[in-house]
This record gives sequence, C-alpha cells and structure tokens, in this order.
Amino acid sequence: MSLPAVEVTDLHKRFGTTQALDGLELSVPPGTVCGLLGPNGAGKTTAVRVLATLAAPDSGQARVVGYDVVRQADEVRSRIGFAGQHAAVEEGLTGRDNLHLVGRLHHLGASGARQRATELLERFDLTEAADRLVRTYSGGMRRRLDLIASLVVRPPVLFLDEPTTGLDPRSRNDIWAIVRELVSDGTTVLLTTQYLDEADQLADDVVVVDHGRVIASGTPERLKSSIGTRVEVTLADLGQLDDAARVVASLAGGEPVLDPDTRSVSAVSEPGRRILLPQLVRELDAAGVAAQDVALGHPSLDDAFLALTGSRPAAVPASSDVPKETVTT
Amino acid sequence: MTAALAPAAPPRPTGAPPSSRAGSHPLADARTLTLRVLLYYRRSPGLIAASLLAPLAMLLVFGYIFGSAISLPGGGKYRDYLMPGMFILVAVNGIMPAMNGAARDVGRGVADRLRSMPISRSAALLGQTLADVMVSTVVLTMMVGVGLALGWRAHHGLGDALAAMGLLLLFRFTTNWIGIYLGLLVGREDMAGQLSVLVFPLSMVTNVFVTTGGMPGWLRFLADWNPISAVAAAARQLFGNAVPLQPGDPWPLQHPIPATLAWVALLLAVFFPLAVRKFNSHGR
Repeated sequence: MSLPAVEVTDLHKRFGTTQALDGLELSVPPGTVCGLLGPNGAGKTTAVRVLATLAAPDSGQARVVGYDVVRQADEVRSRIGFAGQHAAVEEGLTGRDNLHLVGRLHHLGASGARQRATELLERFDLTEAADRLVRTYSGGMRRRLDLIASLVVRPPVLFLDEPTTGLDPRSRNDIWAIVRELVSDGTTVLLTTQYLDEADQLADDVVVVDHGRVIASGTPERLKSSIGTRVEVTLADLGQLDDAARVVASLAGGEPVLDPDTRSVSAVSEPGRRILLPQLVRELDAAGVAAQDVALGHPSLDDAFLALTGSRPAAVPASSDVPKETVTT
Repeated sequence: MTAALAPAAPPRPTGAPPSSRAGSHPLADARTLTLRVLLYYRRSPGLIAASLLAPLAMLLVFGYIFGSAISLPGGGKYRDYLMPGMFILVAVNGIMPAMNGAARDVGRGVADRLRSMPISRSAALLGQTLADVMVSTVVLTMMVGVGLALGWRAHHGLGDALAAMGLLLLFRFTTNWIGIYLGLLVGREDMAGQLSVLVFPLSMVTNVFVTTGGMPGWLRFLADWNPISAVAAAARQLFGNAVPLQPGDPWPLQHPIPATLAWVALLLAVFFPLAVRKFNSHGR
C-alpha cells in the first residue's frame, strides 16, 4: 500500500474551554477526495488548520505526504495548497497581481510567475476580469480566484475549507469542476463541507465528524445504505395525514415526518428493515388512505447525517456574498 | 537581482504546472511582499494624497488658526517651529495603515494564506514595512514641498536636512512595527479602525504643536519623555528650526538625536520580535 497523502492519529486540540478536536483519526489515500462532513463547530476547520500548519495540535500526530506538520512544517508547506473559508485575495489588487505575487512567493521568478498567472487566468476563464481590481469581482469570482491561487504551483495535496459556502449554484458548479479536474490529474483533496450534496458529488470517501471525532466514515453510498429505506407518501386529502402516518410508522418502525404543506408523510426505515412497494400500497388501501404518489428510495446523505448525529446539517443557503463573522473552531 | 542570476528554467510542457522551489529565500520573499504593498498604492494612487490630508488639516488648524495666538520662547516664528511637527506626523501616522493592514490580512485570511506557504515570517513583515517607508518617502517629500511653498526653510544645509528626513523615515519604520503588532493583536479590522483614533492624543501630548514648558507638571513629564518629542526635537535641530532649551528640559530634549536613535532601537527590539511571534502564532 502506498503512503497515505494525509494521516491523522489521535489528534487533540483545545481552544479555551472548547475541545475542538478530541481524538480525530483520518487517513486519505493519494489521488482521492476526502469529504470532512459535520455541523458547525464539529472541528472540521480546526482539523484542516492543523494539517495546513496554521494551528498546533495539543497532542496526537498529523502527517502530510509523510511529513510531520509540527516538526517538518516547511516541508509540508511546500507541498500543500490551502484555501480557507475567506476568499484570501487582496481586494486592492487585480486578479493578475494576486496570482503573480503568489507565484513569486513560490519562487518561480518574476517572468515565471507572470507566465503562470496568464496560463491560469486563461484556463479558468478569468482573462476578461484579470486586470480589474478584485474589489469589483462577485463573490463567486473571488472564491474562484482564491482557489486558483492555491494552484499556482500544483500542490500534491490541497486543503479546501468549505469551498462553496455562500456561493450561488453556478459558482458552486464552477468550483466543483475545478476540483474534479485537479483530482483527475492526481491531486489529493481534503475538503470540509456542511453540504451533503457537495460531499456526495465530489468525495470518494466521506468522514462524518462531530464534537471533534469521527462518528462514521465510508463511501457516500455505504453511508446511505447503512440506514434503511426512505418512504414518502403524498395524499390527495389533507385529512388523511394521520392515517397515512400510522401506516408508514408501522412499516418503517421510525417516527414519520408530517408535512401539511405538501400533504406528505415521509420516514426512513430502521436499518435492516425492508419495505416493499406492493405491501405499502396494500396497507394504505386497507386503511382507506387515498395516496396520490408513493415513493421508495435510497435515503439522502442528509438522512444518513440525521441518523448519525441527531441533527440536521445546514440547508443550502440562498446566494449570499456576506463574509462569515465566525472563524476557527 | 537574484532572479537575474538564476539559470533560466528549463522549458516545461504546456499545462504542466511548475513546482514550488523549496528552501529559504528570505530576501526574495521580502521583495515580493514589498511589491505587494507598492502595487496596492499603484492601483489606488489616491491613497497617497489621502495620507497627506491629516497633516495638512493640522497645518491649517495650528499654523493659521491657533498659531496666530501662540508665541514661542525666544521669539521665533511659530510656523517655522510647527512645520517639522507636521513632518513628524507623517512618521507617527505609520501606526495606522500598518495596524489596519495587519488586522485586514488576519481578518480576511490573507495572513493564513501567507502562513501556509513556505516563506520566511520575518521577511514577510519586513517586506511590508520597507514598502511603507518607500511610500512614506514620497509623502514626506510632498509635505516638505508644501512647507517650502509656504515659506518654511531648512537652515542647516542639504546634508542636515536629508539627515532629518532619514530620522523621520526611520521613525516611520519603527511605528510601522508597532502598528503591525497591534493589528495582529486585535485581529479585527473594525477594532483596528477604532484604535487608530488613539494615535491622535499620542501625537498631541508632545512638543509637536507647542513647546512643553507651559504644560502642567505631570503632563509636561509625559510630553517630554514621549519618544515623538525626541524625534520632533531632533528634526528641528537638523532643520535649524529649534527653539532655545527650556529650563527643566530632560536629557532626550537636550540630546534629541541620540535620544531618537535610542528610542528607535528600544522600540524595534521590543516590537519586531513581538510582531513576528504574533504573526507566526496567530490562531494556533
């Protein structure tokens, strides 16, 4: 087996009274995308900051391509790219200036850095805006520029902390496309996200984190199948909502969710309990419930998350460029 | 310079990204961070004009409004005394952009980006302060131009005048490090903006605007030992605008040039390591 790109063993980190990391374990094989999924304050950002040499762990070990993040910080720094929660680009400079300066800080030389900036601007469709001040960019363009800045030298390992938080759907797709392209070229990516669909879309492996430790991990498929079947019944008549709920509860074994607005009842069955469509229809009929639509399916990663942590993750917010007030937990 | 001496990079196939050249390049890093600040000013040239506004407003208020009612011990012209004080405001005000800039870099994640790269910490900060001194040279020269246009003169020749400007820029360099440390300490742009207001009283409790002889004892003590007073007295001595020594003037005002150099050495010895350490450890 080849050396893991990222390896974390029993990592602990405390900020004041908050135990941000509490025995975190992680291993990311090279060339894969690992999605660190968890609610706000779960320790995702702290984990990435430790790996990017920005925070020192209290105990435990973290290695990036074999180098220790504390004792060999400079070795790590020359092998990683890091894009944090803010678009860390200088607003008073142009997009081209920003990339040029990053290239020079990687010691590509003045002309090498200039050439690389031009290449990247062309490749990622920012040529038109290249010579405008970043202050005039949209939120999506800033995040894109920030991500590109972490690619000026193609790092073997890339850390992305909530790369699409606050972006509109189009900008999210742009960011996702860049990440996919990097991975196809062999880059290892560790990204944190609160969005299940993001983890579902990008990650080979999902690691669910809560209270600073791993509570589940595996492929998105495996996480979804570790819980039961998803049932959804839509009614013609709102008055039968309670009757339908009783039927669904008896089959699924769990507490159903009633939604009067869509006249629907939904539930996720207990693990291992199978529900068959004919049986569901028969029992609804026997209870005199007129169902307009009956659906069985895989639970979403959302459901898996709920089952694992007992709380809903953040919903995808409406487009917003407002920078987040809180940082680092 | 070093770039020109380095052998040309071998051509690489299109699309293949370059890799980071590892190893320590503190000089190149400092130069790049200098470039960053200079580019910032080049993209917003109005900033230079803006940094002239505060000293010019002070010049108007003190030189032309209060100044008519201020008389100097020894009977010199007040505006000749005041003008070097306006030059030192340029130096003292170095705290503000440095503090705001450091807080902005921390708040917006730019500091994190820099710290996740293999660059020398002290070089990164040194680059920014050197760039500020370059920009300040322009601002100070413009301010001296204003003074000359209004009839102020340096009386001890070009050499001493240049030495005075050198001292003022050295002090600007020093206040920059104080500003960077304070900016990293508060870490928030809005808070840094609020704190900037405190620079004003700091430059008032000095001999910048009036001689200290008429102040109440405790205030005079603070003003006499304020490092800004020593720098102002040194600039006045070199420009030939000094007033006769007052009875009770302490050592720093009797020997302003060595006093200035001592203050600079002391402040740098304290704030340079503090700033580098804070930059390195922020959020750890």
